[in-house]
Amino acid sequence: MKRLLITAATLAALVVVQMTIPRLVNPYVFQIIVLCGINVILAVSLNLINGFTGQFSIGHAGFMALGGYASAMFSLHVGKGWVAALTGAGVPGVVAQGAALLVALVLGGLLAAVAGYFVGLPSLRLRGDYLAIVTLGFGEIIRVLIINVDAVGAAQGLPGIPQWTNLFWIGLFVVAVILLSRNLAHSTHGRALFAIRDDEVAAEALGVNTTAYKVLAFVIGAFFAGVAGGLSAHFVSYLNPSSFTFLRSIEIVAMVVLGGLGSVTGATLAAIVLTVLPEALRSALAYRMVIYALMLIVLMITRPQGLLGNREFSWKAVRDRLSRRRATGPAT
Amino acid sequence: MSEPLLRLDKVGIQFGGLKAVSDLDLEIREGELVGLIGPNGAGKTTVFNLITGVYAPTSGRILLDGKPIHGLKPHKIAKLGILRTFQNIRLFPSMTSRGNVCVAEHMHAQAGLAPAVAVTRAFEEDERAIQKQAEEALAFLGLTSVAELRANELPYGQQRRLEMARALAGKPRLLLLDEPAAGLNPNETEQLMHLIEEIRTRFKITILLIEHDMRVVMGACRRIAVLDYGVKIAEGTPDQIRREPKVVEAYLGEEVEADLGKGH
Repeated sequence: MKRLLITAATLAALVVVQMTIPRLVNPYVFQIIVLCGINVILAVSLNLINGFTGQFSIGHAGFMALGGYASAMFSLHVGKGWVAALTGAGVPGVVAQGAALLVALVLGGLLAAVAGYFVGLPSLRLRGDYLAIVTLGFGEIIRVLIINVDAVGAAQGLPGIPQWTNLFWIGLFVVAVILLSRNLAHSTHGRALFAIRDDEVAAEALGVNTTAYKVLAFVIGAFFAGVAGGLSAHFVSYLNPSSFTFLRSIEIVAMVVLGGLGSVTGATLAAIVLTVLPEALRSALAYRMVIYALMLIVLMITRPQGLLGNREFSWKAVRDRLSRRRATGPAT
Repeated sequence: MSEPLLRLDKVGIQFGGLKAVSDLDLEIREGELVGLIGPNGAGKTTVFNLITGVYAPTSGRILLDGKPIHGLKPHKIAKLGILRTFQNIRLFPSMTSRGNVCVAEHMHAQAGLAPAVAVTRAFEEDERAIQKQAEEALAFLGLTSVAELRANELPYGQQRRLEMARALAGKPRLLLLDEPAAGLNPNETEQLMHLIEEIRTRFKITILLIEHDMRVVMGACRRIAVLDYGVKIAEGTPDQIRREPKVVEAYLGEEVEADLGKGH
């Protein structure tokens, strides 16, 4: 019952956000907010692979591209028809578009998850740098494939994707990936992942099916990367293979590392910081990326464990701190 | 006689041209505490790695309750009830003591992935049971006060005990202890021996013990097998082992005589 209320409240809050924010902020700021949301999904999902399980993947852009293109193709060829039929039958436009978008996103996510399964397989034999190179190769293969397939627009990109993404759907998947990560971390499955990260041999000796869990991390991580790709495609309404180079993957890795490997809160914060920072530095013009890079270097030198280390935000910790302050407060 | 809990039948493993273990026969009966000794490089840890599935034997069979387990993956063998500790402690350094112990409970957990993500009631009950059992394992080894500390923050002696707590939490039928007294002072070693005896009697867990400290093995085990260059050169009671000329030559030599001399 309580959970039902919380779910309803969350959905209601997301609807309110979608109704108000676009009216309150200018399109530029709105675009940054959307980008923040997409990057949070990407960073938190990569954190499942790199942070929780300790498998170094730099192929996240590949999963994103797969999900983006698959969902876009669905919407162009099937989803649009559905929306037309539904609105013709009297269903409100937002609802019809939302339903079509959800199907497209799930399809894109599933395709990325299947790819995640196959990319996860080498992780059973390879670790560290070697695995990183395999995932890097995967990302590039996807990009090169897209460039050579005319049906998805090849190097010219895929235009005309319906603009169905709104803050409600972005918020929904942000909440979903964060909740999933958090609940996973507090469960026996999460502990199995951490155990693999810390010592694979010991984990296996204690009955953890390391094979299954490593692949699982890739599958879940890839699913959400695919969804993020779909959300992005249906926001910009245009897909271009050049936006899925390995630089994009590196950007997401940077978010996870900067946030503190394994910390969901850290990945979320870092994704927002690294999205807003380049925009905030626009006034520096030509020096923008230099300053951005410098700030990254300084941050990593001063906090090599990342912004949050492996700590998490929790209401309990906040309450504890407040009550301690209250307890000591009057004495001084 | 009934089938022993674990039976090694002519087990051997070869790494390239090196025969690390050859034609090893060993039987361990339910409730026993068996010692496995031998000089450095004799292949003791390799035997553990064979039993736990880290290596697959190149010849012979390993039977648990009469059923072959060689060739199974380590996590499958762990689920069948064979758990181990490591000679060079292998904890999960970034996890708390409690977390370390909980990992071993993982294989007995009922709730699947979906209930965990949805935090269903069944999952919560499962998780409570895991925490409770972890609590008990920690308490048994006197680690309750450090339950929330990260494993790599613990002093050496406690790390050793945490490894044992972790293995115990997995409810093994057969516990393989790889030099649990290594690096402990005589006092701690004494405590450890009481602990091992208690694990055997109170939890009814069969134990195979690799140990370098001769007094420990001789005092605790009623049956001892001696390995040298991967071959079993003797097996019997501590007294028999002490008198066996091959053993004295291969391993014990002056060291034990000196040790025994100290006792008088």
